Amino acid sequence: MSGLIQSSIARKVVMALSGLFLVFFLGQHFTINITSVIAPDTFNTWSHFMGYNPLVQYVLQPILIAGVIVHFVMGFVLEVQNNKARTVKYAKFQGSANAPWISRNMILTGAVVLAFLGLHMYDFWVHEMAYKYIEAKPEDPTRYYAETVEKFAPIWRVVLYVISFALLSLHLLHGFASSFQTMGVNNKYSGGIKLFTKIFAIAIPLGFVFIAVYHHLNPITH
Amino acid sequence: MKIYLKIWRQKNPSTKGAMVAYTLDGIEADMSFLEMLDVLNEELISKNEEPVEFDHDCREGICGTCSLMINGRPHGPDTMITACQLHMRSFNDGDTIAIEPWRAKAFPVIKDLIVDRSSFDRIQQAGGYISVNTSGRPVDANAIPIEKEAADASFNAATCIGCGACVAACKNASAMLFTSAKVSQFALLPQGRVEATERVMNMVRQMDLEGFGNCTNTGACEVECPKGISLENIARMNREYLSASVKG
Repeated sequence: MSGLIQSSIARKVVMALSGLFLVFFLGQHFTINITSVIAPDTFNTWSHFMGYNPLVQYVLQPILIAGVIVHFVMGFVLEVQNNKARTVKYAKFQGSANAPWISRNMILTGAVVLAFLGLHMYDFWVHEMAYKYIEAKPEDPTRYYAETVEKFAPIWRVVLYVISFALLSLHLLHGFASSFQTMGVNNKYSGGIKLFTKIFAIAIPLGFVFIAVYHHLNPITH
Repeated sequence: MKIYLKIWRQKNPSTKGAMVAYTLDGIEADMSFLEMLDVLNEELISKNEEPVEFDHDCREGICGTCSLMINGRPHGPDTMITACQLHMRSFNDGDTIAIEPWRAKAFPVIKDLIVDRSSFDRIQQAGGYISVNTSGRPVDANAIPIEKEAADASFNAATCIGCGACVAACKNASAMLFTSAKVSQFALLPQGRVEATERVMNMVRQMDLEGFGNCTNTGACEVECPKGISLENIARMNREYLSASVKG
Protein backbone atom coordinates (compact mmCIF):
# COMPACT_ATOMS: atom_id res chain seq x y z
CA MET A 1 0.00 0.00 0.00
CA SER A 2 2.96 2.37 0.56
CA GLY A 3 3.63 2.25 -3.18
CA LEU A 4 0.04 3.24 -3.81
CA ILE A 5 0.34 6.31 -1.59
CA GLN A 6 3.57 7.46 -3.27
CA SER A 7 2.58 6.78 -6.86
CA SER A 8 1.51 9.33 -9.46
CA ILE A 9 -1.68 7.37 -10.14
CA ALA A 10 -2.60 7.34 -6.46
CA ARG A 11 -2.12 11.11 -6.23
CA LYS A 12 -4.38 11.54 -9.25
CA VAL A 13 -7.00 9.27 -7.68
CA VAL A 14 -6.92 11.40 -4.53
CA MET A 15 -7.52 14.47 -6.73
CA ALA A 16 -10.37 12.71 -8.54
CA LEU A 17 -12.13 11.40 -5.42
CA SER A 18 -11.84 14.68 -3.50
CA GLY A 19 -13.02 16.53 -6.61
CA LEU A 20 -16.06 14.27 -7.03
CA PHE A 21 -16.87 14.72 -3.33
CA LEU A 22 -16.74 18.51 -3.77
CA VAL A 23 -18.94 18.25 -6.89
CA PHE A 24 -21.51 16.32 -4.83
CA PHE A 25 -21.33 18.99 -2.13
CA LEU A 26 -21.78 21.71 -4.75
CA GLY A 27 -25.01 20.11 -5.93
CA GLN A 28 -26.29 19.87 -2.36
CA HIS A 29 -25.28 23.49 -1.65
CA PHE A 30 -27.11 24.69 -4.75
CA THR A 31 -30.25 22.76 -3.81
CA ILE A 32 -30.43 24.60 -0.51
CA ASN A 33 -29.47 28.00 -1.94
CA ILE A 34 -32.05 28.01 -4.72
CA THR A 35 -34.77 27.81 -2.06
CA SER A 36 -33.71 31.32 -0.99
CA VAL A 37 -35.26 32.48 -4.27
CA ILE A 38 -38.31 30.27 -4.51
CA ALA A 39 -39.19 29.56 -0.84
CA PRO A 40 -37.44 31.76 1.78
CA ASP A 41 -39.07 29.92 4.70
CA THR A 42 -37.70 26.59 3.46
CA PHE A 43 -34.28 28.24 3.06
CA ASN A 44 -34.45 29.37 6.70
CA THR A 45 -35.48 25.91 7.88
CA TRP A 46 -32.76 24.08 5.96
CA SER A 47 -30.07 26.62 6.83
CA HIS A 48 -30.96 26.35 10.51
CA PHE A 49 -30.82 22.56 10.26
CA MET A 50 -27.39 22.71 8.60
CA GLY A 51 -26.16 25.22 11.17
CA TYR A 52 -27.24 23.36 14.31
CA ASN A 53 -27.47 19.65 13.46
CA PRO A 54 -24.60 17.93 15.34
CA LEU A 55 -23.99 15.42 12.53
CA VAL A 56 -23.63 18.21 9.98
CA GLN A 57 -21.60 20.47 12.24
CA TYR A 58 -19.21 18.03 13.87
CA VAL A 59 -18.90 15.25 11.25
CA LEU A 60 -19.85 16.43 7.76
CA GLN A 61 -18.42 19.96 8.06
CA PRO A 62 -14.92 18.78 9.10
CA ILE A 63 -15.03 16.17 6.27
CA LEU A 64 -15.92 18.93 3.80
CA ILE A 65 -13.10 21.19 5.03
CA ALA A 66 -10.70 18.24 4.81
CA GLY A 67 -11.90 17.54 1.27
CA VAL A 68 -11.18 21.12 0.20
CA ILE A 69 -7.73 21.09 1.84
CA VAL A 70 -6.80 17.70 0.33
CA HIS A 71 -7.94 18.78 -3.15
CA PHE A 72 -6.03 22.08 -2.94
CA VAL A 73 -2.83 20.69 -1.40
CA MET A 74 -2.68 17.72 -3.79
CA GLY A 75 -3.36 20.02 -6.75
CA PHE A 76 -0.48 22.23 -5.67
CA VAL A 77 1.85 19.24 -5.11
CA LEU A 78 1.03 17.84 -8.58
CA GLU A 79 1.59 21.24 -10.19
CA VAL A 80 5.03 21.59 -8.57
CA GLN A 81 5.97 18.05 -9.66
CA ASN A 82 4.74 18.67 -13.19
CA ASN A 83 6.81 21.83 -13.47
CA LYS A 84 9.87 19.93 -12.31
CA ALA A 85 9.29 17.30 -15.03
CA ARG A 86 10.19 19.88 -17.69
CA THR A 87 12.90 22.16 -16.39
CA VAL A 88 13.88 23.57 -19.82
CA LYS A 89 10.77 24.95 -21.49
CA TYR A 90 10.08 24.96 -25.22
CA ALA A 91 10.96 28.14 -27.15
CA LYS A 92 7.76 27.50 -29.12
CA PHE A 93 4.90 25.39 -27.76
CA GLN A 94 1.46 25.12 -29.36
CA GLY A 95 -0.51 23.84 -26.41
CA SER A 96 -3.79 24.95 -27.95
CA ALA A 97 -3.23 22.71 -31.00
CA ASN A 98 -3.92 19.53 -29.09
CA ALA A 99 -5.63 20.33 -25.78
CA PRO A 100 -8.37 22.77 -24.71
CA TRP A 101 -7.50 25.81 -22.58
CA ILE A 102 -9.57 24.59 -19.64
CA SER A 103 -7.63 21.33 -19.35
CA ARG A 104 -4.28 23.16 -19.44
CA ASN A 105 -5.19 25.79 -16.84
CA MET A 106 -6.82 23.86 -14.00
CA ILE A 107 -4.33 25.32 -11.51
CA LEU A 108 -5.34 28.85 -12.56
CA THR A 109 -9.10 28.29 -12.39
CA GLY A 110 -8.62 26.28 -9.22
CA ALA A 111 -6.60 29.07 -7.59
CA VAL A 112 -9.37 31.59 -8.36
CA VAL A 113 -11.99 29.24 -6.92
CA LEU A 114 -9.82 28.81 -3.81
CA ALA A 115 -9.51 32.59 -3.42
CA PHE A 116 -13.26 32.83 -3.80
CA LEU A 117 -13.69 30.21 -1.07
CA GLY A 118 -11.70 32.51 1.22
CA LEU A 119 -14.14 35.35 0.57
CA HIS A 120 -17.12 33.02 0.81
CA MET A 121 -15.95 31.58 4.14
CA TYR A 122 -15.38 35.10 5.46
CA ASP A 123 -18.83 36.16 4.29
CA PHE A 124 -20.83 33.29 5.74
CA TRP A 125 -18.85 30.73 7.75
CA VAL A 126 -16.81 33.18 9.87
CA HIS A 127 -19.96 35.19 10.47
CA GLU A 128 -21.79 32.03 11.52
CA MET A 129 -19.03 30.90 13.87
CA ALA A 130 -18.91 34.35 15.46
CA TYR A 131 -22.70 34.39 15.88
CA LYS A 132 -22.81 30.99 17.54
CA TYR A 133 -19.58 30.66 19.49
CA ILE A 134 -18.08 34.13 20.10
CA GLU A 135 -21.09 36.36 20.43
CA ALA A 136 -23.07 33.33 21.70
CA LYS A 137 -26.34 34.69 20.39
CA PRO A 138 -29.50 32.59 20.77
CA GLU A 139 -30.81 30.36 17.99
CA ASP A 140 -32.94 32.24 15.47
CA PRO A 141 -34.31 30.00 12.69
CA THR A 142 -35.68 33.02 10.78
CA ARG A 143 -32.50 35.07 10.28
CA TYR A 144 -30.80 33.27 7.35
CA TYR A 145 -32.82 34.58 4.42
CA ALA A 146 -32.43 38.24 5.44
CA GLU A 147 -28.70 37.81 6.15
CA THR A 148 -28.14 36.19 2.74
CA VAL A 149 -30.04 38.85 0.80
CA GLU A 150 -28.17 41.57 2.67
CA LYS A 151 -24.81 40.05 1.68
CA PHE A 152 -25.57 40.61 -1.99
CA ALA A 153 -26.44 44.31 -1.63
CA PRO A 154 -22.94 45.57 -2.61
CA ILE A 155 -22.36 45.25 -6.36
CA TRP A 156 -18.63 44.47 -5.89
CA ARG A 157 -19.48 41.26 -4.07
CA VAL A 158 -21.92 40.21 -6.81
CA VAL A 159 -19.28 40.89 -9.48
CA LEU A 160 -16.66 38.86 -7.58
CA TYR A 161 -19.13 35.99 -7.17
CA VAL A 162 -20.04 36.05 -10.88
CA ILE A 163 -16.37 35.99 -11.96
CA SER A 164 -15.62 33.18 -9.53
CA PHE A 165 -18.55 31.08 -10.72
CA ALA A 166 -17.49 31.57 -14.34
CA LEU A 167 -14.07 30.14 -13.47
CA LEU A 168 -15.66 27.40 -11.36
CA SER A 169 -17.63 26.44 -14.46
CA LEU A 170 -14.41 26.17 -16.51
CA HIS A 171 -12.79 24.13 -13.70
CA LEU A 172 -15.73 21.72 -13.61
CA LEU A 173 -15.93 21.40 -17.41
CA HIS A 174 -12.61 19.58 -17.39
CA GLY A 175 -12.38 18.27 -13.85
CA PHE A 176 -15.65 16.40 -13.52
CA ALA A 177 -15.33 14.10 -16.55
CA SER A 178 -11.55 13.91 -16.02
CA SER A 179 -12.13 12.38 -12.57
CA PHE A 180 -13.84 9.40 -14.17
CA GLN A 181 -10.96 8.89 -16.63
CA THR A 182 -8.55 8.90 -13.67
CA MET A 183 -10.70 6.32 -11.89
CA GLY A 184 -10.36 4.10 -14.94
CA VAL A 185 -13.77 4.77 -16.49
CA ASN A 186 -13.35 5.17 -20.24
CA ASN A 187 -16.03 3.08 -21.92
CA LYS A 188 -19.50 3.27 -23.48
CA TYR A 189 -20.69 5.47 -20.58
CA SER A 190 -18.01 8.12 -21.17
CA GLY A 191 -20.15 10.01 -23.69
CA GLY A 192 -22.95 10.28 -21.13
CA ILE A 193 -20.50 11.34 -18.42
CA LYS A 194 -19.13 14.09 -20.68
CA LEU A 195 -22.64 15.30 -21.52
CA PHE A 196 -23.63 15.34 -17.84
CA THR A 197 -20.38 17.19 -17.07
CA LYS A 198 -21.26 19.92 -19.58
CA ILE A 199 -24.81 20.30 -18.22
CA PHE A 200 -23.70 20.29 -14.56
CA ALA A 201 -20.66 22.54 -15.11
CA ILE A 202 -22.75 25.20 -16.84
CA ALA A 203 -26.12 24.90 -15.05
CA ILE A 204 -24.93 24.85 -11.43
CA PRO A 205 -22.56 27.88 -11.58
CA LEU A 206 -25.15 29.72 -13.68
CA GLY A 207 -27.72 28.93 -10.99
CA PHE A 208 -25.44 30.35 -8.29
CA VAL A 209 -24.96 33.49 -10.43
CA PHE A 210 -28.72 33.79 -10.75
CA ILE A 211 -29.15 33.57 -6.97
CA ALA A 212 -26.54 36.29 -6.33
CA VAL A 213 -27.93 38.63 -8.98
CA TYR A 214 -31.55 37.97 -7.92
CA HIS A 215 -30.85 38.95 -4.30
CA HIS A 216 -28.92 42.03 -5.43
CA LEU A 217 -31.86 43.18 -7.53
CA ASN A 218 -34.49 42.26 -4.92
CA PRO A 219 -33.30 43.69 -1.58
CA ILE A 220 -35.45 43.48 1.52
CA THR A 221 -36.98 46.96 1.76
CA HIS A 222 -38.78 46.95 5.11
CA MET B 1 10.84 27.32 -51.41
CA LYS B 2 12.81 29.59 -49.11
CA ILE B 3 12.67 28.47 -45.50
CA TYR B 4 13.85 30.21 -42.36
CA LEU B 5 14.89 27.81 -39.65
CA LYS B 6 15.39 28.28 -35.93
CA ILE B 7 17.09 25.17 -34.57
CA TRP B 8 18.12 24.25 -31.04
CA ARG B 9 21.89 23.82 -30.95
CA GLN B 10 23.55 22.31 -27.89
CA LYS B 11 27.08 20.92 -27.87
CA ASN B 12 26.62 18.33 -25.13
CA PRO B 13 24.41 17.49 -22.14
CA SER B 14 26.25 19.81 -19.78
CA THR B 15 26.34 22.96 -21.92
CA LYS B 16 23.54 25.43 -22.35
CA GLY B 17 21.86 25.41 -25.75
CA ALA B 18 20.20 28.12 -27.80
CA MET B 19 18.05 28.58 -30.88
CA VAL B 20 20.21 29.33 -33.94
CA ALA B 21 18.81 30.83 -37.17
CA TYR B 22 19.51 29.38 -40.64
CA THR B 23 18.12 30.19 -44.08
CA LEU B 24 17.63 27.51 -46.74
CA ASP B 25 16.83 28.24 -50.37
CA GLY B 26 15.73 25.89 -53.14
CA ILE B 27 13.78 23.50 -50.92
CA GLU B 28 11.39 21.28 -52.90
CA ALA B 29 7.84 20.76 -51.66
CA ASP B 30 8.24 17.01 -52.27
CA MET B 31 11.21 16.74 -49.93
CA SER B 32 10.62 15.07 -46.61
CA PHE B 33 11.31 17.16 -43.52
CA LEU B 34 14.40 15.10 -42.73
CA GLU B 35 15.67 15.52 -46.31
CA MET B 36 15.39 19.25 -45.78
CA LEU B 37 17.59 18.86 -42.68
CA ASP B 38 19.99 16.74 -44.77
CA VAL B 39 20.27 19.65 -47.23
CA LEU B 40 20.99 22.02 -44.37
CA ASN B 41 23.67 19.70 -42.99
CA GLU B 42 25.34 19.38 -46.39
CA GLU B 43 25.51 23.16 -46.56
CA LEU B 44 26.93 23.36 -43.04
CA ILE B 45 29.54 20.66 -43.77
CA SER B 46 30.57 22.41 -47.00
CA LYS B 47 31.13 25.56 -44.92
CA ASN B 48 33.15 23.55 -42.39
CA GLU B 49 30.52 24.04 -39.73
CA GLU B 50 29.15 21.45 -37.30
CA PRO B 51 26.08 19.70 -38.80
CA VAL B 52 22.82 19.57 -36.83
CA GLU B 53 22.53 16.27 -34.99
CA PHE B 54 19.10 14.65 -35.13
CA ASP B 55 17.76 11.13 -34.58
CA HIS B 56 16.49 9.14 -37.57
CA ASP B 57 16.53 5.58 -38.77
CA CYS B 58 13.84 3.89 -40.88
CA ARG B 59 12.35 7.12 -42.32
CA GLU B 60 9.13 5.13 -42.82
CA GLY B 61 7.30 6.00 -39.61
CA ILE B 62 7.75 2.61 -38.00
CA CYS B 63 10.87 2.74 -35.83
CA GLY B 64 10.05 5.68 -33.55
CA THR B 65 13.54 7.13 -33.75
CA CYS B 66 12.84 10.59 -35.13
CA SER B 67 11.89 13.02 -32.40
CA LEU B 68 11.50 16.61 -33.48
CA MET B 69 9.37 19.33 -31.94
CA ILE B 70 8.39 21.29 -35.04
CA ASN B 71 6.76 24.70 -34.56
CA GLY B 72 5.70 23.70 -31.06
CA ARG B 73 4.16 20.34 -31.99
CA PRO B 74 5.72 16.86 -31.79
CA HIS B 75 6.37 15.53 -35.30
CA GLY B 76 5.05 18.78 -36.78
CA PRO B 77 1.67 20.14 -37.87
CA ASP B 78 0.17 16.98 -39.41
CA THR B 79 -1.48 14.26 -37.35
CA MET B 80 -0.88 10.49 -37.19
CA ILE B 81 2.60 10.73 -38.73
CA THR B 82 6.16 10.89 -37.50
CA ALA B 83 8.59 13.69 -38.41
CA CYS B 84 10.16 11.49 -41.11
CA GLN B 85 6.77 11.21 -42.84
CA LEU B 86 6.26 14.99 -42.79
CA HIS B 87 6.88 16.70 -46.12
CA MET B 88 7.79 20.26 -46.96
CA ARG B 89 4.48 20.67 -48.80
CA SER B 90 2.99 21.15 -45.33
CA PHE B 91 4.83 24.49 -45.19
CA ASN B 92 4.76 27.64 -47.31
CA ASP B 93 7.49 29.58 -49.05
CA GLY B 94 8.96 32.05 -46.56
CA ASP B 95 7.83 30.16 -43.45
CA THR B 96 9.88 30.24 -40.29
CA ILE B 97 10.15 26.79 -38.72
CA ALA B 98 11.26 26.26 -35.12
CA ILE B 99 12.85 22.86 -34.44
CA GLU B 100 13.55 21.71 -30.89
CA PRO B 101 14.30 18.44 -29.14
CA TRP B 102 11.70 16.72 -26.90
CA ARG B 103 11.71 18.61 -23.60
CA ALA B 104 11.51 16.53 -20.42
CA LYS B 105 13.69 16.02 -17.38
CA ALA B 106 13.52 12.28 -18.16
CA PHE B 107 14.68 12.93 -21.75
CA PRO B 108 17.97 14.84 -21.29
CA VAL B 109 19.46 16.39 -24.42
CA ILE B 110 22.54 14.55 -25.66
CA LYS B 111 23.36 16.92 -28.49
CA ASP B 112 21.35 19.40 -30.59
CA LEU B 113 18.04 17.64 -31.34
CA ILE B 114 18.96 14.23 -29.94
CA VAL B 115 17.59 13.26 -26.53
CA ASP B 116 18.29 10.24 -24.34
CA ARG B 117 15.09 8.16 -24.27
CA SER B 118 16.56 5.24 -22.32
CA SER B 119 14.06 6.04 -19.55
CA PHE B 120 11.47 4.39 -21.83
CA ASP B 121 13.69 1.32 -22.09
CA ARG B 122 13.91 1.10 -18.31
CA ILE B 123 10.12 1.33 -17.98
CA GLN B 124 9.82 -1.48 -20.53
CA GLN B 125 12.45 -3.54 -18.72
CA ALA B 126 10.55 -3.12 -15.44
CA GLY B 127 7.71 -5.30 -16.71
CA GLY B 128 6.91 -4.88 -20.39
CA TYR B 129 7.36 -8.55 -21.23
CA ILE B 130 5.86 -11.98 -20.59
CA SER B 131 7.79 -14.89 -19.08
CA VAL B 132 5.56 -17.68 -20.43
CA ASN B 133 6.78 -20.15 -22.99
CA THR B 134 5.91 -18.72 -26.38
CA SER B 135 7.76 -21.24 -28.46
CA GLY B 136 4.58 -23.03 -29.46
CA ARG B 137 5.41 -26.06 -27.27
CA PRO B 138 3.83 -27.70 -25.37
CA VAL B 139 0.71 -25.57 -25.97
CA ASP B 140 0.27 -23.65 -29.20
CA ALA B 141 -0.40 -20.01 -28.23
CA ASN B 142 -2.71 -19.72 -31.20
CA ALA B 143 -4.91 -22.43 -29.70
CA ILE B 144 -5.96 -20.13 -26.84
CA PRO B 145 -9.25 -18.48 -27.81
CA ILE B 146 -9.11 -14.67 -27.51
CA GLU B 147 -12.01 -12.30 -28.13
CA LYS B 148 -11.56 -10.34 -31.35
CA GLU B 149 -12.26 -7.09 -29.48
CA ALA B 150 -9.53 -7.81 -26.90
CA ALA B 151 -7.04 -8.90 -29.56
CA ASP B 152 -7.69 -5.75 -31.61
CA ALA B 153 -7.31 -3.49 -28.56
CA SER B 154 -4.09 -5.28 -27.61
CA PHE B 155 -2.64 -4.93 -31.10
CA ASN B 156 -3.66 -1.27 -31.23
CA ALA B 157 -1.76 -0.68 -27.97
CA ALA B 158 1.19 -2.63 -29.36
CA THR B 159 1.51 -0.23 -32.30
CA CYS B 160 3.17 2.27 -29.91
CA ILE B 161 6.64 2.86 -31.34
CA GLY B 162 7.97 4.54 -28.20
CA CYS B 163 8.94 7.74 -29.97
CA GLY B 164 8.12 9.92 -26.94
CA ALA B 165 5.78 12.35 -28.72
CA CYS B 166 3.27 11.82 -25.88
CA VAL B 167 5.78 13.09 -23.34
CA ALA B 168 6.82 15.94 -25.64
CA ALA B 169 3.22 17.06 -26.18
CA CYS B 170 2.11 16.80 -22.57
CA LYS B 171 2.32 20.06 -20.64
CA ASN B 172 3.41 17.95 -17.66
CA ALA B 173 5.87 15.75 -19.59
CA SER B 174 3.90 12.71 -18.48
CA ALA B 175 4.69 9.26 -19.86
CA MET B 176 1.30 7.76 -19.02
CA LEU B 177 0.28 7.10 -22.64
CA PHE B 178 3.49 5.19 -23.44
CA THR B 179 3.44 3.21 -20.19
CA SER B 180 -0.26 2.45 -20.48
CA ALA B 181 0.14 1.18 -24.06
CA LYS B 182 2.90 -1.17 -22.92
CA VAL B 183 0.79 -2.33 -19.96
CA SER B 184 -2.35 -2.72 -22.08
CA GLN B 185 -0.84 -4.78 -24.87
CA PHE B 186 -0.23 -7.57 -22.35
CA ALA B 187 -3.09 -6.96 -19.92
CA LEU B 188 -5.63 -7.70 -22.63
CA LEU B 189 -4.22 -11.11 -23.52
CA PRO B 190 -4.35 -14.30 -21.39
CA GLN B 191 -0.60 -14.80 -21.69
CA GLY B 192 -0.10 -11.35 -20.17
CA ARG B 193 -2.46 -11.86 -17.23
CA VAL B 194 0.01 -14.17 -15.45
CA GLU B 195 2.26 -11.26 -14.44
CA ALA B 196 -0.32 -8.46 -14.75
CA THR B 197 -0.19 -7.39 -11.09
CA GLU B 198 3.59 -7.16 -10.86
CA ARG B 199 3.86 -5.64 -14.32
CA VAL B 200 1.69 -2.60 -13.73
CA MET B 201 3.12 -1.92 -10.28
CA ASN B 202 6.73 -2.17 -11.48
CA MET B 203 6.25 -0.18 -14.69
CA VAL B 204 4.40 2.66 -12.94
CA ARG B 205 7.03 2.71 -10.18
CA GLN B 206 9.80 2.98 -12.78
CA MET B 207 7.87 5.66 -14.69
CA ASP B 208 7.65 7.73 -11.48
CA LEU B 209 11.32 7.14 -10.65
CA GLU B 210 12.36 8.47 -14.06
CA GLY B 211 10.88 11.88 -13.20
CA PHE B 212 8.02 12.10 -15.67
CA GLY B 213 5.12 14.38 -14.72
CA ASN B 214 1.59 13.46 -13.67
CA CYS B 215 -1.21 12.96 -16.18
CA THR B 216 -3.90 15.65 -16.05
CA ASN B 217 -6.05 14.18 -18.83
CA THR B 218 -5.56 17.05 -21.28
CA GLY B 219 -5.55 14.53 -24.14
CA ALA B 220 -2.64 16.23 -25.95
CA CYS B 221 -0.73 12.92 -26.06
CA GLU B 222 -3.55 11.14 -27.86
CA VAL B 223 -3.80 13.91 -30.48
CA GLU B 224 -0.06 13.97 -31.17
CA CYS B 225 0.62 10.22 -31.06
CA PRO B 226 1.68 9.16 -34.57
CA LYS B 227 0.07 5.76 -33.98
CA GLY B 228 -3.19 7.03 -32.50
CA ILE B 229 -2.76 5.35 -29.11
CA SER B 230 -5.99 6.05 -27.21
CA LEU B 231 -6.55 7.50 -23.74
CA GLU B 232 -8.54 4.31 -23.08
CA ASN B 233 -5.17 2.71 -22.39
CA ILE B 234 -4.47 5.17 -19.56
CA ALA B 235 -7.87 4.41 -18.02
CA ARG B 236 -7.10 0.67 -18.35
CA MET B 237 -3.70 1.11 -16.69
CA ASN B 238 -5.31 3.07 -13.85
CA ARG B 239 -7.81 0.23 -13.33
CA GLU B 240 -5.00 -2.34 -13.45
CA TYR B 241 -2.94 -0.31 -11.00
CA LEU B 242 -5.75 0.24 -8.50
CA SER B 243 -6.74 -3.42 -8.69
CA ALA B 244 -3.10 -4.52 -8.26
CA SER B 245 -2.68 -2.16 -5.28
CA VAL B 246 -5.71 -3.64 -3.52
CA LYS B 247 -4.41 -7.16 -4.15
CA GLY B 248 -1.08 -6.06 -2.63
